[in-house]
Amino acid sequence: MKKEIICIECPNGCVLALEIKDGKIVQVEGNKCDKGVVYAESEIENPLRVLTTSVMSEGLSVLMVPVKTREPIPKDLMLKAMENIKKIKVKKSVEVGDVIVKDLMGLGVDLVATRSVR
Amino acid sequence: MQNKTYDIIIIGGGVVGCSIARELSKYNLKVALLEKEVELAFGVSKSNSGIIHPGTQTKAGSLKGRLCVEGNILIRKIAKELGIDFQEVGELIVAFSKDDIAKLEEIKIEAEKLGVKKMSIVDQSWLKENEPNLSKDVVGALFIPSAGIISPYRMTYDLSENAAKNGVEIFTDNEVKGIVVKKANDLEIMTTQRVLKTRYVINAAGLFADDISGMVGLDDFKITPRKGQEFLLDKKRENVVNHIIFPLPTKTSKGVLVIKTSDGNPMVGPTAQDVDDKEDLSTTDDGFKEVLSAVKQMIPSINDSDIIAYFSGLRPVAGEDFIIRHEASVPGFINVSGIQSPGLTAAPAIAKMVCSILQENGLTLIRKKDFKRYRNETTHLFKISKDKARKLIKENEGYGDIVCRCEMVSRKEIEEAIERGATTLDGVKFRTRAQAGRCHGGFCTTRILKILSEKLNVPITEITKRGKGSLIVKGKRAR
Amino acid sequence: MKERELVIVGGGPAAMAAAISAHESGVKDILVLERDQFLGGILNQCIHTGFGLNHFKELLSGPEYAQRFIEKITGIKDIEISLQSFVTNLNSDKELTYLRPGEMEEVRARAIIMATGCRERTREMIHVAGTRPAGIFSAGLAQKLINSEGLLLGQEIVVVGSGDIGLIMARRFTLEGAKVKAVVEIQKESKGLIRNVVQCLDDFNIPLYLSHKISKIYGKHRVEKVDVIAVDDNFNEVQNSRFEIECDTVLISAGLIPENELIEMAQVEMDKKTNTPVSDEINKTSVEGLFVCGNAFKIYDLVDSVTKDSIIAGEMAAEYLGYKK
Repeated sequence: MKKEIICIECPNGCVLALEIKDGKIVQVEGNKCDKGVVYAESEIENPLRVLTTSVMSEGLSVLMVPVKTREPIPKDLMLKAMENIKKIKVKKSVEVGDVIVKDLMGLGVDLVATRSVR
Repeated sequence: MQNKTYDIIIIGGGVVGCSIARELSKYNLKVALLEKEVELAFGVSKSNSGIIHPGTQTKAGSLKGRLCVEGNILIRKIAKELGIDFQEVGELIVAFSKDDIAKLEEIKIEAEKLGVKKMSIVDQSWLKENEPNLSKDVVGALFIPSAGIISPYRMTYDLSENAAKNGVEIFTDNEVKGIVVKKANDLEIMTTQRVLKTRYVINAAGLFADDISGMVGLDDFKITPRKGQEFLLDKKRENVVNHIIFPLPTKTSKGVLVIKTSDGNPMVGPTAQDVDDKEDLSTTDDGFKEVLSAVKQMIPSINDSDIIAYFSGLRPVAGEDFIIRHEASVPGFINVSGIQSPGLTAAPAIAKMVCSILQENGLTLIRKKDFKRYRNETTHLFKISKDKARKLIKENEGYGDIVCRCEMVSRKEIEEAIERGATTLDGVKFRTRAQAGRCHGGFCTTRILKILSEKLNVPITEITKRGKGSLIVKGKRAR
Repeated sequence: MKERELVIVGGGPAAMAAAISAHESGVKDILVLERDQFLGGILNQCIHTGFGLNHFKELLSGPEYAQRFIEKITGIKDIEISLQSFVTNLNSDKELTYLRPGEMEEVRARAIIMATGCRERTREMIHVAGTRPAGIFSAGLAQKLINSEGLLLGQEIVVVGSGDIGLIMARRFTLEGAKVKAVVEIQKESKGLIRNVVQCLDDFNIPLYLSHKISKIYGKHRVEKVDVIAVDDNFNEVQNSRFEIECDTVLISAGLIPENELIEMAQVEMDKKTNTPVSDEINKTSVEGLFVCGNAFKIYDLVDSVTKDSIIAGEMAAEYLGYKK
């Protein structure tokens, strides 16, 4: 089976022409770098996305602390993850990269701060 | 508060109602003013062009004409007393041909009958000197120096503030639902929030004056909304004209004008179109094209890209002239209706006329000894000198904290607007100009919402654009 | 009046890159004027990833990208950073007036770099007819209210324009629980990066109407619905193609305009159409020693490119001030 997808790894947005057999990729064309191949494989087998949002804070210099999942999580779980993240409140200073939630929803991925907030 | 008896209740919190309220506050009377919207000046007055007309282009012998000429004189004194920024910029009615010049002569003669002074026909060389951006096709103009500009909202707010200081009770968000005429000079008004008894009712309800009049059984006039679309230019074009520029008038309107405004942003418009819906404030592509092409004939350098904002207003038209009279069939009920252009100019004269009508109909007016005539001018950083601004910022740090970047409005000015009665985003905008500039609040809305929420002590989720269902945000994360 | 060697107006990525680069090129006396309470500019509200691939060879979010510069610049003692400082005046002698809470300051600079960024095109600029109820937001304002204030602006959203901010915000609204009913783009192609069409719209099945425009907004108090209409190659309305979408929120994402009102005051020769200085060389203006960089000079797609060119602006200012390369 042939399929075309667009790589979202960088602003280039390469159009990847895929050759798929039994749910597995056998050939990738159109990618300008190696990331395209990795992306294509993941996108066909288990699409993943980095989730970025912000969480409430209390007693800090800004009202919302921006966060992201340190690694991508399954695309289908983003909305569910949001339901959990909306309930979080950060109450003490954080630095960029500090863990806000360890092992988010048992996915093995941490939710981390993307701004230093004191 | 129920069933308190007033001497006079004014229905309508626009510039006419507030002018009457301020005039009546000079006397020992119990006066209340009712406004259906959550803030004053949210009806007809909010979309006024701010021109103080000299009295040309109104018929000699008309009520409009007489009150306009009187108002033009009275407004100067009121502006001084209340610290409202009035500028006598003068107007030019421009002519494109010799025939037009003859028409200008006619306008001049007619206006002289009304008492308009110091008019002159000026030629191309005068225009080149004094109005350099005018089209080369303009061959002459009628120059009327007594025309001026004022901020219609600030005038309304300042009048109401002074009236309130002198004892007038102002109830916003009180829409009149019914009026019971018990007997002569004994009327009961039901609003959405309360019942008030009064000896006199003054109907200054603008677009809804016919509805109010209908509540006491009068149906001899109908208000037809006449829509006008206005377009605001960027403040960068502040000096595109030095006067208010008029074309020759047509039968239904004064035509499309180029107007200097008190805020600095020139305005072009309006269109004139009769509509059915009293709340139809939509603008159209056709209106935009019509105004732009008409304006370019007079000032060719005005472009599409100069226009930063536009809006519609509705003129409350009830026939040719104003309707200002005591209704003999309902003793105590006074109509002040059909106040379309030049209503803003005429407002102070209308207020005086209403006082006379009240006297003629049995009300005794006794001057208050302690009438507070003066009001401190509201601070607007964009209007004051650098040295004055420096001093103010030192005295109060909030003046140095700029919230609106386009119009340069500080936190302190916004706080003052709220202290003076603003409860909505539009209320802040009309009073301060914050959100009215080229970015349309893209930059400052967040902070204004927070300041409103803090000062009024209400959650941000309850702040509205202009009351009723105009909520800005629909929810927030749990705090 | 105080004299400074170099004044930089702005505190976003362009200003920070220019300041650091000018310092590295030898300038010892630098004043940075930022109007907000924080450095970082618009990056602070751009919480999505997509930044830094060129400059840092890493995929970063906006605040992370900003943080790296903030840490560097605040560590340089020759650079004075004045926050909540709003420039109100600039003249061609390179004299600036700025306000901050409690003070009006005046300073004469030997060189100035303007890194004042850009603003969003408004509903008024793209001429959408109809009423003006609550519920119409520019995409950047919505971004700030949602990401920085934790507010939910509406339940049913129509996005006008498919620039990157509009696409990113379509995803944000969806993640926050709202339904984005359509993104409407007048051009034949999305103006945003293709990756954003994929990960912001396709991922959430949000329809993108190309060659369509919003012709009218309805609603007395809050937005109630919009008219959508197809347009042909010359942007003329296609007859009988009008349809309605009910919504309570309209988001305007119709492009950006460089913010250059200050250099206009200083008599810099301007291109009225783009609101940028007329210049045949990057970062330069018609006034000697007055430079403009970042989105104020031209609208960039990527912050990495802003950084790259703003570094050059810092070097140009240093050279103008007599520091040899």
